[in-house]
Amino acid sequence: MEDVLLIAGKQIKSRFFLGTGKFSSYALMKKAIESSSAHIVTVALRRVNQGAGNENILDFIPGDSILMPNTSGARNADEAIRLARLARAAGCGDWVKLEIINDQKFLLPDNAETIRATEVLAKEGFIVMPYCNPDLMDARRLKDAGAASVMPLGSPIGTNQGLRTKELLFILIEEIDLPIVVDAGLGRPSQAAEAMEMGCDAVLVNTAVATADDPELMARAFALAVEAGRSAWRARPAQIGKYAKASSPLTGFLR
Amino acid sequence: MGFEYTLKEFQGYDFNAFFRQVSDADILRVIDKHQLDNFDLLILLSQRAENHLEAMARKSRELTLNNFGKVIYLYAPLYLANYCDNECLYCGFNRVHSIERKKLSLEEVEREAQVIHRTGMRHILILTGESREHTPVSYLKECVFVLKKYFCSISIEVYPLEAHEYSELIEAGVDGLTLYQETYDRALYKQLHRSGPKSDFTYRLSAPDKACGVKMRSLSIGALLGLSDFCLEAFFLGLHAFYLERAYPEVELSVSLPRLQRAIGDFAAICPVSDYNLVQVMLALRIFFPRVGINISTRENREFRSHLIGLGVTRMSAGSRTEVGGYASLDKTQGQFDVADTSGVEEVKEMISLKGYQPVMKDWQAL
Repeated sequence: MEDVLLIAGKQIKSRFFLGTGKFSSYALMKKAIESSSAHIVTVALRRVNQGAGNENILDFIPGDSILMPNTSGARNADEAIRLARLARAAGCGDWVKLEIINDQKFLLPDNAETIRATEVLAKEGFIVMPYCNPDLMDARRLKDAGAASVMPLGSPIGTNQGLRTKELLFILIEEIDLPIVVDAGLGRPSQAAEAMEMGCDAVLVNTAVATADDPELMARAFALAVEAGRSAWRARPAQIGKYAKASSPLTGFLR
Repeated sequence: MGFEYTLKEFQGYDFNAFFRQVSDADILRVIDKHQLDNFDLLILLSQRAENHLEAMARKSRELTLNNFGKVIYLYAPLYLANYCDNECLYCGFNRVHSIERKKLSLEEVEREAQVIHRTGMRHILILTGESREHTPVSYLKECVFVLKKYFCSISIEVYPLEAHEYSELIEAGVDGLTLYQETYDRALYKQLHRSGPKSDFTYRLSAPDKACGVKMRSLSIGALLGLSDFCLEAFFLGLHAFYLERAYPEVELSVSLPRLQRAIGDFAAICPVSDYNLVQVMLALRIFFPRVGINISTRENREFRSHLIGLGVTRMSAGSRTEVGGYASLDKTQGQFDVADTSGVEEVKEMISLKGYQPVMKDWQAL
């Protein structure tokens, strides 16, 4: 059977999503998008600079990408809703990565406000991809509110700590009937592979790629790791055992 | 309670005794720590830590890279007026100085805005002296109304306002406040601010709370380095930022490290701060606050600013004019202070790119 990732009815060609902040130049960012073949690319609306005289980030995003503006800077649902509408008005389409952060120290998302904004934006026809803390009840609420996926954090943004929320992610993978995209905290391709092996549907990475010495190569490494992890999950690996398999089984006498 | 309570707690504290006990091992331990406490910050600001700047720089670089990436945010200051009721010994706008006083008309504000806008700048910081008579809140609002046409983010560096006045300005389109306490040494503060509303230490100290209380989006605080022992100023600046971060977690906080330059009236730094000292302060604050922005203005020269990129700085002014009417007017006044980095915006952008960083001209979208 073909392994297809569908979000809001659209076939997504890569399970590796790339964030575009933190790069040392737009030219390098573009190379990272190309080398990884990322299909979904997030852009902070706050960075979009469409006036004359300055480089516009949108000019560096390949035409076949799905542009997903994010609501970075929103402190509550109302601000996020306004940012999403501005993005749409600026020609950035209907996809939105909903990001509502009310704590600048840890940059942890505000689930309650995110659920509220999801409800409004989904009704307005946005394809809402909410960044959230991996909480089962809230993930259910997001689904009911019309989210197109759930994007829980692996660990706080920019920390490169990997899947610190692993046990909670397992629960979401198990229980939520929407694509689960690990967003934030993945610092190494091996961590991305781990997320995919667990059964996540996709991962979104920015810091680890943008701040590597060679972002182009790192983007490629992540994309390969995601592919490997996905294949491993599909191959249904054998259980990892705690004990060695005894050559003289304890119940061998029953034969 | 406010931050004044914290300041009082340290009254009479024997800092010298603390500094005498700091060992090399303490410094290395703190550099490796995940969550630092107040005394860890003090350890990083100690004289002994000067011997460990390289290790501090490595940690600071890593934290800055992870949290901010390879970008430097740029902004331009715009002086609206230099009328001032204060007598601050270190300042070019000191009311006793017989300098030409000027306030931009709205037409002049627009002309300045056009010149700055053409450089690609989208974040503007507007400044005045402290004169409610010449530059009342109503005038600031009128200016903001003009500037909104040209800029995506407008911050103010004016006299302390009341909460309802900050609200009015936010409503008008302001999203950031810059306000420096100058010195956290209350006795010295009194000596340096001889008269005028600024002579009230507490009134000034309470202004950031008022702005954050009405949801100002971003806040930059600072101490004018060179007025007093830099270790203690940086320490209290850190504690002030820590207090604000806890009290208003939604606010985008940054600290500024203005180093005293010669202003009008030949006021010399009381405690000169060396390049070494300034770097130490920047590194210590970054290690203490991985997520807080750090501003370095054009008070510092081009070469020094270029070296700081990658070490901890996240925001820089560029192409700055500190005269009223400095961008577009032939009839400009004297500046508040001498600009050391006189490079144009393009040159600053080039300098940042050469260091492998991206100059970011726009990082907010007015709502």
